[in-house]
Amino acid sequence: MMFNRIALEKRSSDSKTMSYLSPVLAILLTLISGGLLFASLGQDPFHALHTFFVAPLSDLYGWTELGTKVAPLLLCAMGLTLCFRAKIWNIGAEGQFILGGLGGGYIALELLDVEGLWVLPCVLIFGALCGMFWAALAALLKTRFGANEILTTIMLNYIALNWLLYGVHGPLKDPEGFNFPESAMLSEFTTLPVIFDDYRLNISIYFALFAAAVIWALMSKTLIGFQISVMGEDKAAARFAGFKETRLTWFVLLTCGALAGLAGVSEVTGPVGQLTPYISSGYGYTAIIIVFLGRMHPVGIVLASMLLALTYMGGEMAQMDLSLPKSLTGLFQGMLLFYLLACDLLISYRIVRKPASKNHSQSATQNINAQA
Amino acid sequence: MDIELITNILFATIRTGTPLILIALGEMVCEKSGVLNLGQEGMVLMGAVLGFIASVVTGHAGFGILAAIFAGMLMSVLFGFLAISLVSNQVATGLALTIFGIGLSAFLGAGYVGMAIDGITAWEIPYLSDIPIIGKILFSHDPLVYLSWGIFGLLFWCFKSTRLGLTIRAVGENPEAANAIGISVMKVRYGAVLFGGAMAGLAGGYLSIAYTPMWSEGMSAGRGWIALALVVFASWKAERILLGAYLFGAASIMHLVLQGLGFEASPNLLAMLPYAATIIVLVVLASDAVKTKLSTPLALGQPYRPQV
Repeated sequence: MMFNRIALEKRSSDSKTMSYLSPVLAILLTLISGGLLFASLGQDPFHALHTFFVAPLSDLYGWTELGTKVAPLLLCAMGLTLCFRAKIWNIGAEGQFILGGLGGGYIALELLDVEGLWVLPCVLIFGALCGMFWAALAALLKTRFGANEILTTIMLNYIALNWLLYGVHGPLKDPEGFNFPESAMLSEFTTLPVIFDDYRLNISIYFALFAAAVIWALMSKTLIGFQISVMGEDKAAARFAGFKETRLTWFVLLTCGALAGLAGVSEVTGPVGQLTPYISSGYGYTAIIIVFLGRMHPVGIVLASMLLALTYMGGEMAQMDLSLPKSLTGLFQGMLLFYLLACDLLISYRIVRKPASKNHSQSATQNINAQA
Repeated sequence: MDIELITNILFATIRTGTPLILIALGEMVCEKSGVLNLGQEGMVLMGAVLGFIASVVTGHAGFGILAAIFAGMLMSVLFGFLAISLVSNQVATGLALTIFGIGLSAFLGAGYVGMAIDGITAWEIPYLSDIPIIGKILFSHDPLVYLSWGIFGLLFWCFKSTRLGLTIRAVGENPEAANAIGISVMKVRYGAVLFGGAMAGLAGGYLSIAYTPMWSEGMSAGRGWIALALVVFASWKAERILLGAYLFGAASIMHLVLQGLGFEASPNLLAMLPYAATIIVLVVLASDAVKTKLSTPLALGQPYRPQV
């Protein structure tokens, strides 16, 4: 009996081309699925996709808003890149972001009546330190006690969120705020300066681009960057070469914490302008998708940050113009990550069609097959 | 503290522990077969949202529970296809499943936030529930609590003295050897993953239909993750999962205890407790790494490719 089977066959070495093609393929598949989804919701798929992915960028306002969202995402993603390259699975950018925002916001509220140009740098630095502190807990738990960092960082995320909630429901609540769980608005001296008048885009985008450049240089030009890559690729080799695993773990986590903390405090002293329960919008989690989509390379990550920032704007646009739920954002992000993982298989496997025969069990190739 | 308060606290402990038991038992079976599914949180949320929607649409909580189980299984098929058939990285795939589940459940449930349903009412077991104190603590719960005990008993027996339990463990310890004696590793692993999905979905349904009959985004609040730690804490033993889940349940209702003792504390600060407890558990476990390693299924997290 002859029928064609589609099988995956292990490549002799990973395909470089596929590793760049896979994100493109994943984006295409997401767009197609998105179109089908819109159609099933009774929308014209092309119009809906246009509304989601193109319309938000039709004017200068749109592009400045994109930058406003790229800044925190890029900061978190660059920090996570370092961690993931070292195979330290830090899922805690969200908590580090929140703690940065909470700590920085707290100082900014304390300094509400203080005037001076030195105030803002203090607030930003303190925010970054708070993020660093939160990452330091994860580093301590990992290096000193050997606790799994995926679970500890996720737990720290929930603790950070509850701490923020405690703050805005309790001691940091605006006494004149009609009992809303929000702090007072921050003062002019604790607000990041905007780049263009009348638009929200502020100088945190410069922090993010600067961080991207520094991390890129660190990874490709310095010894410590090399050590991080080796540690991620082959732990035994790194140990054999005498690289200090503990020190590298601390380094990547603290750097990530500082960047995520800076992102958090920039959000609070920037577009949000006060402490609320919703300072993050899940940026720390979205940054994980960005790192994978951007292939852990700074250029890819900048592009991926723009795309994921766009999904936030698309969700808002779809809510306004198509009366669809804003949570489309999360759905598109989830689909994207799933398709990416599936497409990534093509990096180390190729699809082959082979006639199924009785004696195929003798073939030496390892394959996994989906009967077709 | 009077006796009535203690009764109430123990009663609430069992209620809060139940979803953790369900998720952790499902994950335990999954991990015993060698598959690490970090997608619990996503599957729980999908179970919660579809269970709630089905309850609203049909008006029957029972259909809601069935839909919740089905939702969890659907999600686990997705995971299984990628992680078992396509041998993708289990950690990354599980994370993706969670992120996808959070997004999809928020999207599906957007129109149902703030709606109320009747939910599942308690079944007071005749005679037994009349026993003073113990009757109230143990025998006046909703049926899903009793179901969680039933599943616990079944799994305990299954892994203690059945061929099926042995087969699952063989696949998780040494898939090559299991394959050599004619066990289909893929089938067993798919079965275990599906069971894990069904249990996570059921836990989601419990949350949105019985525990707090409503839907809100991200309502599982990290229970899927806590359950993952719980499985390790319990060294993959059902009876220790039961115990651990109730300990965590107790940590989650500390506000009741403190109120009873006459303390006023911020609910937000107390809400940190189960997460902090999880971290402490992880630290304690890691300090006894040898023992944890001994009880960990040997092939956990390692994809298996049949040599065709």
